[in-house]
Amino acid sequence: MQAANRLLQGRKAFLHWGREMRKRNSLKYLSVMTWLTAPLLLSGCGSALMDPTGEIGQGLKSLIITAFGLMLIVVIPVIVMTILFAWKYRGTNLAAKYTPNWEHSNIIEVFVWAIPCVIIFFLAILTWQTSHSYDPHKPIASEEETMTIDAISLDWKWLFIYPDEGIATINELAIPVDTPVHFRVTSGTVMNSFMIPTLGSQIYAMAGMDNDVYLEGNEIGTFRGRSTAYSGEGFSEMLFDTHVTSDADFQAWVDKIKQSPNTMMFPEDYEQIAEPSIAHPVEYFSQVSPDFYGDLIKSYKASHGGSDSHGEHNEARESSMPMSAQAAE
Amino acid sequence: MFGKLSLDSIPFHEPIIMVTAVAIGIIGALIVGLITYYRKWGYLWTEWVTSIDHKKIGVMYFLVALVMLIRGFADAIMMRTQQAIAAGGAEGYLPPEHYDQIFTAHGVIMIFFVAMPMVIGLMNLVVPLQIGARDVAFPFMNNLSFWLFAVGVILVNMSLVIGEFAKTGWLAYAPLSELKYSPGVGVDYWIWALQISGIGTTLTGINFFVTILKMRTKGMSLFRMPIFTWTALCTNVLIILSFPILTVTIALLTLDRYLGMHFFTNDMGGSQMMYVNLIWAWGHPEVYILILPAFGVFSEVIATFTKKRLFGYKTMVWATVVIAFLSFTVWLHHFFTMGAGADVNSFFGIATMIIAIPTGVKIFNWLFTMYRGRIQFTTPVLWTIGFIITFTLGGMTGVMLAVPGANFVLHNTLFVIAHFHNVIIGGVVFGMMAGFTYWFPKAFGFTLSEKWGKRSFWCWLIGFYVAFMPLYALSFFGAMRRMQSYEQTEWQPLMIVAWFGAVIIACGIACIVIQLVVSIRDREKNRDLTGDPWDGRTLEWSTSSPPPNYNFAYLPDVASIDSYWEMKQQPGGFKRELATKFEDIHMPRNTAEGPILSLFALLFGFALIWHIWWLAGLGAIGMFVTFMFRIFNNDTDYHVSAAEVEKTEREYYQRLEVQA
Repeated sequence: MQAANRLLQGRKAFLHWGREMRKRNSLKYLSVMTWLTAPLLLSGCGSALMDPTGEIGQGLKSLIITAFGLMLIVVIPVIVMTILFAWKYRGTNLAAKYTPNWEHSNIIEVFVWAIPCVIIFFLAILTWQTSHSYDPHKPIASEEETMTIDAISLDWKWLFIYPDEGIATINELAIPVDTPVHFRVTSGTVMNSFMIPTLGSQIYAMAGMDNDVYLEGNEIGTFRGRSTAYSGEGFSEMLFDTHVTSDADFQAWVDKIKQSPNTMMFPEDYEQIAEPSIAHPVEYFSQVSPDFYGDLIKSYKASHGGSDSHGEHNEARESSMPMSAQAAE
Repeated sequence: MFGKLSLDSIPFHEPIIMVTAVAIGIIGALIVGLITYYRKWGYLWTEWVTSIDHKKIGVMYFLVALVMLIRGFADAIMMRTQQAIAAGGAEGYLPPEHYDQIFTAHGVIMIFFVAMPMVIGLMNLVVPLQIGARDVAFPFMNNLSFWLFAVGVILVNMSLVIGEFAKTGWLAYAPLSELKYSPGVGVDYWIWALQISGIGTTLTGINFFVTILKMRTKGMSLFRMPIFTWTALCTNVLIILSFPILTVTIALLTLDRYLGMHFFTNDMGGSQMMYVNLIWAWGHPEVYILILPAFGVFSEVIATFTKKRLFGYKTMVWATVVIAFLSFTVWLHHFFTMGAGADVNSFFGIATMIIAIPTGVKIFNWLFTMYRGRIQFTTPVLWTIGFIITFTLGGMTGVMLAVPGANFVLHNTLFVIAHFHNVIIGGVVFGMMAGFTYWFPKAFGFTLSEKWGKRSFWCWLIGFYVAFMPLYALSFFGAMRRMQSYEQTEWQPLMIVAWFGAVIIACGIACIVIQLVVSIRDREKNRDLTGDPWDGRTLEWSTSSPPPNYNFAYLPDVASIDSYWEMKQQPGGFKRELATKFEDIHMPRNTAEGPILSLFALLFGFALIWHIWWLAGLGAIGMFVTFMFRIFNNDTDYHVSAAEVEKTEREYYQRLEVQA
């Protein structure tokens, strides 16, 4: 573990250097580096996973680096040995020792089993601990009260419901900074995955299933979120902005949405919005039916295909495609 | 009359598809014309199509795999080109409708119709020879397996021109693959191509499992088997255990789509999570089905060309067995993000890492085989060294993905794409190319051009790194898999680098084709009459190349591992001698039932895809009748007379003497 920590420190120094370079406006130099260096060395250039803005994301970043470092303990010697042995024992090097019948050595066997075992042992401990500490279902400890947002994947857009504020949006999120958010995640269509890369973990959105993930934004700014699980034609543009704002700005945002004349009632409004559309523009809804999220999930549990809307959905999907694509433009 | 099939099913408005279709048509017509001109139809029918000779079936598998490699690669370069263009609002040249079919087809083709037939082709060619057998346990079934596989290939290629292919990703996750969300014929093509060829694979698994257990020559105990045969044994156990899961999963999806059932639908109690679990309960063992024989190839290659015994034979065997066993305990790592609890995720994460232990041991054992050896840097050795380094890196990123916490941000990103290409190209493809170069002279009696083989290796190796390292990098910026377009223009430079890498790989594939052409042209120069061009260690090198259809005039007697090598080490050395006494050899007869039954299977599958019910009925009846015909056909074997064996052998020894 110590070796890993040392590696980690080395990395931190490198990160620091990377940031310095950026400050000096040497972006050009860095972009050349980007082309040349191994992926993990890239972290200095403001990547989503290596420059996280949320607590969870930061934890996961150091987890990735630790696991990477631990494995280098065995990977680097293997690569060095491969090149070294291949060179030293090349057929033309008659000076090198040649033992054609040598096929076994207890000492070597012990080492080749023990080294991977020890590394995997440490990785297993790390895995057990981090699987629990970064369990997406685990609430984030904080002085701030956790807020709840429902994220519902549709074809091909995200419907966000703020049950406590009684508002809803399409393809836009706002969360107050440093406040833990409990995302309840489900789908009104095929499987998707809800993710805001700079904040951290993703989780699958599945129809009829109540999934959840806790995230927190610790830096004010706007971050892209998306579906990461391929879900059909409009998948590539199933994107949304996440505004991490001050409390005051958040309140202003909520108030702005409350001005909207549109409402999101289940099932009438839902059926309309659930029609397939690609790159759907941002929309606001000032009113939401009381247990929208629960009602949607329940609709799949009903014995006869939920509401009739699911049956119609099928034909709608085929016939309305060109239309909704136009509407999106 | 024709179900859903009509002239509108052919995408005349798609220039890319139409040009491809015309090209395929012209090439096809040319081949048919040439065969007719040279009057080779009879030869093709008796020597290849109806052949039950495991060596010829192996060659056919590999040939189809190489052709499909070109098809699958065409998909790859189209995807890379699209992603190199479609940045910052640009739509590129492929609309989602087309792009989504391409990445689905790429995955399906590369796994089922390139990697699998390469693995099965090599097993066919090598395993019976390595265990000193004259054929496989069920020769008819072997022929049938090949033709059922060919039906899958034909259906996938048909989908290019007639109708469409699935737009679901290669595993056709439900509910996206359900009728409600994929009403077209694409998923049906996927279903029937995989179902029919998958049954062929299951039959292969049973066939080789029995062959290895029951048909080894005298003295070859399990722990004297060549290591490739060991890996083949484990792979076939995995096939027998896992392919039925695939068959059932696809059958349930079929019931959903054709009979309105609700196994995997969103409503009516269907469970999409069940689909994902089932498909990966097959899918994870599947990757070991592919990689274990590649491990076997590397073990053979490295021992042969270092002129040294394989280090830790028993360890290698047990490591293989352990990997095979563990491969059934890790499927959930493909979907940590589905939301299982921390305990479940930890279990599967740690189980996955444990596989790294026997795999790591294998890598060390290859290294210690090289240690104090005399390494000849032939093409197969280059593939092996390239493999050790590349696969180690791929294994490392695999373990990173196996940490559930890390997986929560890496899942579905290009990191996953880079990782599995890292292990599949660096492992399976490199292994199959090593095996191809290594055993080619056994199949054809002349060696392949080393010059072009090495060029191919360098192109593949460099191309791989240039194409996939940028994808690792991009994943850290939030780039996802299966994106038809993306907003971030800053990703574009790396996407262009990746495209360039794919172009280098294209050169590698071109080198393979040139290698074949050049080697066939120079075959007399590279002729190997001894049957043992590499100074090999295992039994396949003890017979002539290509071996007679009965493989061995008399079955060899085995007293150790590397038995042929040990024979050569005897005082006075090993001398090929004509036997003094010959016996009749019992052999299976060629069969037309395999290809005919498969032809009906093709009609059946095609008819079901297009809902042409009468044709489906005809196909089903045809399959049944052919099968009955086979069952009541008692004329399935014959004896090669001792005189004929003697004649064949005498001719071979005369040629050997002439050369000497």
